[in-house]
Amino acid sequence: MSIIHIDGREFTANPQDNLLQVCLSHGFDLPYFCWHPALGSVGACRQCAVRQYANPEDKTGRIVMACMTPATDNTRISIIDPEATGFRANVIEWLMTNHPHDCPVCEEGGECHLQDMTVMTGHTYRRYRFTKRTHRNQYLGPFIKHEMNRCIACYRCVRFYRDYAGGADLDVQASHNNVYFGRDADGVLENPFSGNLVEVCPTGVFTDKTLSAAYNRKWDMRSVPSVCVHCGVGCNTSVSERGGAVRRILNRFNGAVNGYFLCDRGRFGYGFANNPNRERAPAIRPRGGAARKATKAETLAELAKLPGADGTIIGIGSPRASLEANFALRTLVGAEAFYAGVSAPESRCLAIVVAGLQSGNVKTPTLREMEAADAVLVLGEDISNTAPRIALALRQAVRGRSIEIADRLKIAHWQDAAVRTAAPDAHSPLFVVSPAATGLDDIAAATCRAAPDDIARLGAAIRHAIDHTEPAVEGLSEALQALATRIAEALAAAKRPLIVSGCGLGSEAVLHAACAIAEALSNPERVPGLVLAVPECNSLGLALMQSGSIEGAIGAVTSGGAATVIVLENDLYRRAERQAVDALFKAATTIIALDHVPTETMAKADIALPAANFAESDGTLVNGEGRAQRSFQGVFPNDDVQASWMWLRDIAAAQGREFAWQSLDDVVRSLAAAIPAFAKIAQATPPGSFRIAGSRIRTQPHRYSGRTAVDANRTVHEPRAAIAEESPFSNTMEGYYGPMPASLIPFFWAPGWNSGQSLNKFQDEVGGALRGGDPGVRLLEPDGTHAHPTEATPPAAFERSFGRWLVIPRDRLFGSEELSAMAPAIAERIEPPSLSLNPEDARSLNLRSGDAIQAGFGAKLVQLTLTVAPELPSGVATMSAGLPKQDWLALPGWATLSRAEPVP
Amino acid sequence: MLSSIRTLWYTFLHLFHRSETVQYPEEMPYLAPRYRGRIILSRDPDGEERCVSCYLCAVACPVDCISLQKTEEDGRWYPEWFRINFSRCIFCGFCEEACPTYAIQLTPDFEMSEYERHNLIYEKEDLLISGTGKYPDYSFYRVAGLAIPGKDKGDAERERPPVDRHGLLP
Amino acid sequence: MNPIVFGLLNIVGILLALVIGAALLTWIERRLLGFWQDRRGPNRVGPFGSLQVVADMIKILFKQDWIPPFADPVVFVLAPAVVMVTTLMAFAVVPVTASIGIAGDMNIGVLFFLAMTSLSAYSVVLAGWASNNKYSLLGGMRAAAQMVSYEVFMGLALLGVVMLSGSFSLAAIVRAQSGLWFVVPQFLGFVVFVIAGIAETHRLPFDLPEGENELGAGFHTEYSSMKFGMFFVGEYIGIVLISAMIAVLFFGGWQGPLLPPIVWFALKTGVFVGFFILLRAALPRPRYDQLMAYGWKLMLPLSLLNVALTGAVMLTHW
Repeated sequence: MSIIHIDGREFTANPQDNLLQVCLSHGFDLPYFCWHPALGSVGACRQCAVRQYANPEDKTGRIVMACMTPATDNTRISIIDPEATGFRANVIEWLMTNHPHDCPVCEEGGECHLQDMTVMTGHTYRRYRFTKRTHRNQYLGPFIKHEMNRCIACYRCVRFYRDYAGGADLDVQASHNNVYFGRDADGVLENPFSGNLVEVCPTGVFTDKTLSAAYNRKWDMRSVPSVCVHCGVGCNTSVSERGGAVRRILNRFNGAVNGYFLCDRGRFGYGFANNPNRERAPAIRPRGGAARKATKAETLAELAKLPGADGTIIGIGSPRASLEANFALRTLVGAEAFYAGVSAPESRCLAIVVAGLQSGNVKTPTLREMEAADAVLVLGEDISNTAPRIALALRQAVRGRSIEIADRLKIAHWQDAAVRTAAPDAHSPLFVVSPAATGLDDIAAATCRAAPDDIARLGAAIRHAIDHTEPAVEGLSEALQALATRIAEALAAAKRPLIVSGCGLGSEAVLHAACAIAEALSNPERVPGLVLAVPECNSLGLALMQSGSIEGAIGAVTSGGAATVIVLENDLYRRAERQAVDALFKAATTIIALDHVPTETMAKADIALPAANFAESDGTLVNGEGRAQRSFQGVFPNDDVQASWMWLRDIAAAQGREFAWQSLDDVVRSLAAAIPAFAKIAQATPPGSFRIAGSRIRTQPHRYSGRTAVDANRTVHEPRAAIAEESPFSNTMEGYYGPMPASLIPFFWAPGWNSGQSLNKFQDEVGGALRGGDPGVRLLEPDGTHAHPTEATPPAAFERSFGRWLVIPRDRLFGSEELSAMAPAIAERIEPPSLSLNPEDARSLNLRSGDAIQAGFGAKLVQLTLTVAPELPSGVATMSAGLPKQDWLALPGWATLSRAEPVP
Repeated sequence: MLSSIRTLWYTFLHLFHRSETVQYPEEMPYLAPRYRGRIILSRDPDGEERCVSCYLCAVACPVDCISLQKTEEDGRWYPEWFRINFSRCIFCGFCEEACPTYAIQLTPDFEMSEYERHNLIYEKEDLLISGTGKYPDYSFYRVAGLAIPGKDKGDAERERPPVDRHGLLP
Repeated sequence: MNPIVFGLLNIVGILLALVIGAALLTWIERRLLGFWQDRRGPNRVGPFGSLQVVADMIKILFKQDWIPPFADPVVFVLAPAVVMVTTLMAFAVVPVTASIGIAGDMNIGVLFFLAMTSLSAYSVVLAGWASNNKYSLLGGMRAAAQMVSYEVFMGLALLGVVMLSGSFSLAAIVRAQSGLWFVVPQFLGFVVFVIAGIAETHRLPFDLPEGENELGAGFHTEYSSMKFGMFFVGEYIGIVLISAMIAVLFFGGWQGPLLPPIVWFALKTGVFVGFFILLRAALPRPRYDQLMAYGWKLMLPLSLLNVALTGAVMLTHW
């Protein structure tokens, strides 16, 4: 700790920090542009000038840039010094000379860092009377709007896009006042983290195109804390609503999970929530009769006829529904009759993940801990497509080596340009072992392409190389053996090695191998980490309920045991083979589906109930790390749409069974009591009765406008806002806003800080955890009592089979996740389904890239477009999985391939 | 005491002063152009809507009686709908002061009573006039940096032509 | 004419004239205030706005007649009746002319008048008390203190007149002024009586019991509809009563040349009613402590001095 003096007052500071960080951490308002807590300092904007004094006698001092000056002990600075103040005002005035007269038509207006800083420095009148430079804009795809005139050349965008996220297609061009940040030519920004430019850019150069389509200012939107539902990482988001529609998603800082950044799927995938085609009223479709819309009362009367939990009714849960919804269904039909709603292979993979989290000595790290890993092995998971935010964390982990070098050269970590220049090519070892190319290959020390079984074998070989007591793998090629040794040495040499794998390949052997390597690495000198990516937002939560798979559910119905099926927020056609699901629909007498998106299952169900989506209900999700996090209701439907658990409770009540659940807290309480794994779940967030100074936390900013006019076309009587009975949030602009529990921060705002940069005011220290601890509670910790379950022997080597190819599923960032694929912006980015082969295999089929290809899985024929991927092992094909309108297939699986007539 | 009596006397003398009352509606008072009456939305000199849907009037309104929704066409921002609840309006003129484009203006017309409250909800078609109102010459897009049909980048007032981003000269 | 019929006619006539006059006063006051403030006042309903009274009546009768649930209902209803009854009763002793008047010759006329005005203080106190509301209660307390204080000098101010005329009968007092109006020998008494009269009717500038800037509306905050109307009309009858008393006690009542006596009486009363309204138009309200100090420290000595002087003069010159 060092002591520094700011304007004559003493403060403690971390000597590793710079003065800007210290000033902001202690609550001072010091303007800045180019510095970003996650990106460090480059001293480009000259905005954070302060006066530094050499000693107490020094009365003259000198102007320094706070972001470029270390907080060494006994530093004396003045922020309010007139010359420093004047300096900062002048810098803003210069920045503003070329800034256009655009604020009214700028999407950033009202939450613009440049606006805030301009006001903060007191620049109010433009003295500049000459001409302004202009730029032409570029088309950057469906997510980002580009308006280069507004640029103040802080370089944050390229520093994030290129240096932090590893993007290549955005760079700086031209020079001097004319610098231009854009692509070489118009086109879609390729990096999966491009959406963060919206938040990184301090002004309106990069803005959210999906928000702009139905634009509202920040002050006009209700926001609530939420959790992303588009993958298993569980990034924290802030959902903004107006007029009953979700308007945008912003990053909600959680130091342990997503930090400052979200992926594009999470940021722009919300469009499904506004789907105009979804059911908003219950639909009853009697077999052989006419379908009709029904009222809630009618429907419940119909549902009262359902059997109780007597074995003739089963429930199918969903990994994309909240814990509470799944638990409500489990309670309604009975634990024995509750099925998880995921396929059997996926169910088995998830069981390994759960075991990996619960047993052994290896902890699953948070994303912040992943960024500190010094050697990484990615085993079989295409992590940049299945859990992109983890891939971004790994990208930071790889910088570890260059930071070590910088340490040796005594360069502070925040000296971003210096650190990056000191050792631009020094990477911590990262190894990628996968069937196809991944988004991390560019920073990998070595990559290896292999079939899943070979990946598991390589994993076993690595384990053997680390710990020779483990069995060796027979028949491994020399090159692979050498690679295994190299990887093992790198991992063994590391202090914090990290093994990353996941359910993406659908291979249990690979997951076992990953667990085994991590376990082998565990010794007193090392703290290994094990990350097992799960496919969906609540996959792990559902797995913890330990229920049967979807095949089990289908079996239970087709065997004649059960006749009534309740399907919770699940499209069965995405989870099992078409014939099997059709058979289920035929065998069952009544199928009740609850969902918030139009799916085939909803369309075919006998009774379809309109459920609430993530923005319309409170709910808890468990991410791949085992962290339970609560998302809150921000959209209040004025029709029959209600949370799934409420529907299920109402069904029970209609049947004369009493669940006695009034609020979500009641459900959470019964869940924690019923299943020991969820005992800690109530700690995820304060209960619904939480109040600060007797008030709820307000979700609308204090200048929410148009209250007396927005509904006036419907009624002039200004109906009362809907109030959730048990919620820590008030739906209106009335309520508390100030220091609050981290899991309840609805949006970031502080006086004078209208932009998201106000986050600084909510953290323990700038860049650190949120005040009061990062949100969420970890449900699982390794118990250390017994080792990871591992298979005794690695699988046999992959043997190619002539005339048949092993087809491996390939998740795509855009399209493979069901909900985000329904968002219009994401839909624009979805490429048609494709199958990849290596060039030789393609040649053997006499096919070229772009040709139509037909894959035969037994009797099932699938038509796709062929792409040629040189890196693929021979005999292996990869196929896009889970795209809209793509039927579920048992992948990996063997298929015959042949030329298909091009689809007209 | 004496001053009280003097006050009484002076007040009494007012019996013989002329009354200041204007006998509205028989006698119409003069209303200055900047009188704060019924609110309108004006058009720019080219006949296009001036409102760019920036939401500043809505946020400035102390009684929250203005609501609108932005939409966009060829880079120009418009209100998709624009609603003023005159049953709430207090004619403070803050919206006019906040408006960066002179679109929203208060006019010297206050005769807008209704028997039904909902008749005081004015939609965009009720508000939009065909003229420029009090500011005949101002056009926001002539000074703004956005490109709109008929005004490319660099064509606005006090703008240089767009930069050649492939050049390195200052 | 049968004296009973005549007496009844007298009663009915005076009652009607008073009530109608008081109602009209609401309009006259507003018009006069208008003129003194360079406005027009109500001039829309009927000729010169004279039917404004009717409009106001209709309005006030159709207002919700509300008794607050926290109020004492019996007393709450009784209070406005008290003010009407007492002021009307006091008018019984006013001799309008030698022949018109209910009990102008009553030998304790002055005492009766004082008794009735004292009773009217109950109305305000009870109204404030029964409303069970702290503003009303404060208004009622103020009224009690103010009215009890000023009653003292009102009575003392009249002593001079009684001494000069040698009678408590108001008709006798009028007759005693056939040579010289008592305002000349009793000027001090006149001034004290006028000021005390304003305070008795709690009219501006002495309307502290209902000082709206500090007490809402004081004792009648909770009153609505016709109960409020009774306070309102009661106040105007009070003005007429005090004005009539000034005319009777100090300005020779109905006596005057040329014009018939009733016109003289109406004229003199009207002038003082106008004066009351002028006070409202011109003077601000004093602070409450100023009001009390003014009464006890200035009015009381002055009225005592008046009695003493009158007595001394009578003793030396009789």
